[in-house]
Amino acid sequence: MQRLARQRSSAAEELELIAPSKLSIENVSKKFKGASGAVLALDRVSLNVAEGEFVCLVGASGCGKTTLLNIIAGLEKPDSGAVQADGKPVTGPGRERLVMFQEPALFPWLNVFGNVLFGLKLKPNLTNKDRHDVAKYYLELVGLSHFERANIHELSGGMKQRVSLARALAPNPRVLLMDEPFAALDALTREQLYGDLQRIWKARNKTIVFVTHNVREAACLGDRVIVFSPRPGRIREEFAVDLPRPRDINSVDLAVHATQIMKALKSYSQVEVAIAE
Amino acid sequence: MKRFFLAALFFAVLLLIWEALFRAKIWSPVLLPSPRQVAVYLQGAAVDGTLLKATIVTMRRLLIGYIIGLVLGLPLGLLTARWKVWQDTVGTLALGLQTLPSVCWVPLALLWFGQTEAAMLFVVIMGTVWSVVIATETGVRNVPPIYSRAALTMGSKRLHMWFKVILPAALPFIVSGMKQGWAFAWRSLMAAEIFVTILTGFGLGQLLHYGRELSAMEQVIGIMIVIVVIGLLADKIFFSPIEKFLHRRWGTSQA
Repeated sequence: MQRLARQRSSAAEELELIAPSKLSIENVSKKFKGASGAVLALDRVSLNVAEGEFVCLVGASGCGKTTLLNIIAGLEKPDSGAVQADGKPVTGPGRERLVMFQEPALFPWLNVFGNVLFGLKLKPNLTNKDRHDVAKYYLELVGLSHFERANIHELSGGMKQRVSLARALAPNPRVLLMDEPFAALDALTREQLYGDLQRIWKARNKTIVFVTHNVREAACLGDRVIVFSPRPGRIREEFAVDLPRPRDINSVDLAVHATQIMKALKSYSQVEVAIAE
Repeated sequence: MKRFFLAALFFAVLLLIWEALFRAKIWSPVLLPSPRQVAVYLQGAAVDGTLLKATIVTMRRLLIGYIIGLVLGLPLGLLTARWKVWQDTVGTLALGLQTLPSVCWVPLALLWFGQTEAAMLFVVIMGTVWSVVIATETGVRNVPPIYSRAALTMGSKRLHMWFKVILPAALPFIVSGMKQGWAFAWRSLMAAEIFVTILTGFGLGQLLHYGRELSAMEQVIGIMIVIVVIGLLADKIFFSPIEKFLHRRWGTSQA
């Protein structure tokens, strides 16, 4: 009885909301050696993200937004500058900051449940029952309770990204890093996921950094939208989107914001083109 | 069920053609015995125990050698995939030796080990190990980096990464390497057994060999059938379920 009670509280503890992280990115630069010489992917980029904030990074491809995301995740190291999460420097990947990739990085050798369980199994101090309960909770949160036993290849693109989301949420990270997670999905599925993501963000209270090249998507999801320009990757402008949530991607107000952001994005790309010519 | 009957029908027709050829007396019955004669031989060999004994001897050599080959090949494959030094040395050696038909190990094994079980095992191991090394290495190299990146963020590292991410991800390659290794080992063992009499055990290959010596064609054909059946069974009992599992999980086409 004692033991059972402890298990219960542990699974519940695991599902408790934890404080989201505050991120601070200071003067981060990163160079890549390409076929045509070195490319400055990020040039002294600084950005602060508040606790529980939803920040979208937009920019043309090659502007370094994905690189920045990888650096925040700890998967890549900056050449100079630093990233801090809650005042502590990020030195490597960790389950405080989980990543959802563009292509589903789900493991084909595990079924849906096994994938969601993967990160939980690496968390110590949990019983297997806790892990199962937690995994079930997140599968329900993304609306896939009935697909626990399904194999990955049997899922549609949208369902795969839902599983990815559940897998990233399951170890209860403080930050969710999303790298164009919906880019490969059809419009209808995407719209559904915008709604779901906003609901889940509200319910789980995470800091989210979301990379996209879709301006409407950014305006729909972000509290703030940061505009990048390519070569060298720099932050050019930022927009606060203070529309009420949940937002509908098709609303007129949102279109106004998106148009503004698009204008900015285009002007910086044109500057680049003009310089190149 | 329909598939089973079709298959049964197919083999029945094969038997009928064989019987018809025998009755047509195109070849001497010494060269082409009837299906009945072969069946009688097999029944006799089964009853007096020679068949079972030979099968056990052969399968023991094969299984022990194969398992040693796997146990050696898997880690070597991982090492060659992980470190350049191993790739340049052991990897190159494996690539070279894999092209060597494994029968070619027989003379060397006999000179080194004499007519002993060790020689048989050596041949089987050499048939297995290089395929497994190459397949494991290829498999590991083909693991999409995004898997390990995703696993890294979730806190997986070193041994956990190898056993829970890299190896499972490479499994389809490793299994096809295991299958190839099995085929090579099986072939080379048969060759070795036909070549030489090993006093410690009389395998299927030796039965085949003595069938030839005695011009007992029904024995030769009977043993060949047994060898084919064993190969089929190994596939159906061991590899087929694994491949079906991979197919179900990965959603890949069944090769």
